[in-house]
Amino acid sequence: MSKQALMSRELLLTGAIILLLGIIASRFPAFIAPGNLVNVFNDTAPLILLAIGQMIVILTRCIDLSVAANLALTGMVVAMLNVAMPGLPVPVIIALAITFGAVLGMFNGVLVWKLAIPPIVVTLGTMTIFRGIIFLLSEGRWINAHQLSDAFKAFPRTVLLGLPVMSWIALGAVVLFVVVMNRTSLGRAFYAAGGNPHAATYAGINVGRTQFWAFTISGALSGLAGYLWVSRFAVAFVDLARGFELTVVAACVIGGVAIMGGSGTVLGAMLGALFLGIISNALPVVSISPFWQLAISGSAIIIAVALNASANRKKGRIILKRAEQAT
Amino acid sequence: MNDTTRFIPDRLRSPLEQRIKSWETLLLAVAIAIFIVNSFMSPFFLNAWNLSDMTFNFTEKAMVAFAMALLIISGEIDLSVASIIALVSTAMGAAVQIGVGTPGLVLIGLGVGLVCGAFNGFLVTRMGLPSIVVTIGTMSLFRGISYIILGDQAFRGYPPDFAFFGQGYVFWVISFELVLFAVLALIYYVVLHRTNFGRAVYAIGNNPVAAEFSGIRVARVKFILFLLTGLMSGIAAICLTSRLGSTRPSIAFGWELEIVTMVVLGGVSILGGSGSIPGVVIAAFVMGLVTFGLGLLNVPGIVMSIVIGALLIGVIALPRLWERWRLQAAKR
Repeated sequence: MSKQALMSRELLLTGAIILLLGIIASRFPAFIAPGNLVNVFNDTAPLILLAIGQMIVILTRCIDLSVAANLALTGMVVAMLNVAMPGLPVPVIIALAITFGAVLGMFNGVLVWKLAIPPIVVTLGTMTIFRGIIFLLSEGRWINAHQLSDAFKAFPRTVLLGLPVMSWIALGAVVLFVVVMNRTSLGRAFYAAGGNPHAATYAGINVGRTQFWAFTISGALSGLAGYLWVSRFAVAFVDLARGFELTVVAACVIGGVAIMGGSGTVLGAMLGALFLGIISNALPVVSISPFWQLAISGSAIIIAVALNASANRKKGRIILKRAEQAT
Repeated sequence: MNDTTRFIPDRLRSPLEQRIKSWETLLLAVAIAIFIVNSFMSPFFLNAWNLSDMTFNFTEKAMVAFAMALLIISGEIDLSVASIIALVSTAMGAAVQIGVGTPGLVLIGLGVGLVCGAFNGFLVTRMGLPSIVVTIGTMSLFRGISYIILGDQAFRGYPPDFAFFGQGYVFWVISFELVLFAVLALIYYVVLHRTNFGRAVYAIGNNPVAAEFSGIRVARVKFILFLLTGLMSGIAAICLTSRLGSTRPSIAFGWELEIVTMVVLGGVSILGGSGSIPGVVIAAFVMGLVTFGLGLLNVPGIVMSIVIGALLIGVIALPRLWERWRLQAAKR
C-alpha cells in the first residue's frame, strides 16, 4: 500500500510541479514568491472547476467538448442579466449561473442517456449551438467593464484569509467533490459505470442516468466558472474562452484520468490543471511568446496519454507476476 | 444500447423498395427541396455563376470528408484535419518566403499532410492510443505550430500560377476544385465499394477482432486511412490557400466539426461499420446549399454554425426517435 501511494499519479505530478517551479525559480526567483503563487492558483481556478467536471464525465466513458461554450454562454447570460438588473445580489447571480449551466449540461446528458448518441457528437454539436446562441443574444456586441455593476465585479476578487474568493471556490469544489466521489453512492456509480458498464448494470446502476448526472455536474461547474470568468475579467463576448475545452481535457489527461473511463481522481484533475496553469503563467515570465501555449498543451495531451497507456500496460504485467508467485 | 429487442421485419424489402427508402434517396430529396426553396427565396440563386460560387462552400471540406468517411467507417476518427490544413498552409507560406515555385509548393503541401497523417496513424496504431484523444492532442499541436511560426502575422505573396487550384476554371463555370471534387469522389467510391481494401474497412468497423482473425492487417489498414486523411487535408489546404491567397494560423478554424457533420449527415454511422460515398457527396451538396441559401438571405456565419450543430445532432437523433416510435407501435 505504501509503495502504491508512493508511486501514485498524484505524488508523481506533485513532484513534477515542484520540479517545474524549481526550474522556473532558478532563473526567476520572484515567480515562487507566495504572492505570485496565489495569483497563479487564482488564475487556474476556472480550469480546476472545469477539470473536475470533465473528469467525472470522462470517468463514465464520455467526453464533454461543450464546457468552454457553456462557460461563455452562461457568462454572457449573467452579464446581460447584471446589465438589465444591476441590483440583483451576487448570491442570486451565482445560483442562476450554476442552474443555467446545469440545464445546458442536462441537455447534453439527455441526448446521451435517452437517445444513446455518442457524447463526442452531442457535445461537438452543442459546442457550436451554444456559441451561436451567444451571438444571437448579444448580437455580436461585447459587454464591457463599465456596464457591469461593482458588486458583480468585486465578488471573485474579495480577499478572505489571504486568498481571493475565486480560489476559495475552487478549493471548496475540490473538497466537495473529493467527498462526493469517495463517500456517496452517486460518486461510486461514476466509477462503476465507466469501469465496466455491463457489471454496473447488473449491480443495479443505471449507466445512462449516471452519465446524465455527470454531464449535469460538468454543466453546473461550467456555469459557475462562467460567472467567475466574466466577473474577474469584466468582459463577455462571443469568443470568450474559445478552445478552452482542449485545455480542460489536457488537464484531465495529465492528471491521470483514463480516457477509456473508470479511473481518475479529483486531486489528479486539480494537479493536472495546476501543471498547465503554472506553464501558461510562466511563459511570459521566461519571455516565450504566448503563441506557444496551444502547441504545449497539445504535446502535453499526447505525452500524458502515451504515459497513461504504458503505465496501464505495466500494471497488467505486475498482476501477472503476482499471480505467478502465488501459484 | 438499451433496446436489446429490435424490430425484426417478417420479410426482406424488395431491392427497389430498399433503394427508395434508403438514406441517400432521402438526402437527395432534401437537397432538391432546399434547391427549390432557395430559388424561390432569392432571385440571385438561379444563376450559373452564383451556383458555381456555391460549390466552393463544400468542395474543400468534402475532399477531406471522403477520407474521414473511410476512417469513421473503420471505427476511428480524426479531429485534427482542420489543424493539418493550417499547418500545411503555414508550411507552404513559409516556402513561398524563400522563393519556392508552384510545383514545389504542391509537393510540400502533400508531404506535410502525409507526415501529419502518419504521426496520427503512428500514435493510434503503433502506440495503441484512442484516436479521439490523440487527434484532440494533435489538433492543438498542429495548429499550435502554425501559431508559433506565424503568431499574429500572415504569409502572402503566393506565385500567380498557384492561384489556379482555388480560383481557376476548367470550362465555363466548372471550377478546377469542382472537377477535383468529382474525380476524388469517383476514386473514393471505387476504393470503398469496389475493392478488397474497401471491404476490409467495413469489416474492421464492424468487428476489428474478427477482421484480424480473418487475415486483415487491421493496424496497417488503419494506418493507411490516417495517411489518406492527412493527404486529403493537404490537398484541401492547397486549394483553400490558393483560393484565399494568404495564410493565417486561424485558417480553416472549426472545419473538423463541419467535416464530421458532413460525413454523419451522409449516413455514415459514427460508431463505424456502415456508410457510403454517394451519401457523403449528397450531404456535401446539402450543406453547401444550406450555407449558400442562408448567405444569400444575409444570415451571419455564426448563426449558420447553429444550423450545422443542430443538423449534426438532428440527423442522428431523428432516426433513433423514429426507430423508438416504430418499436412502440410494433409492440402495441
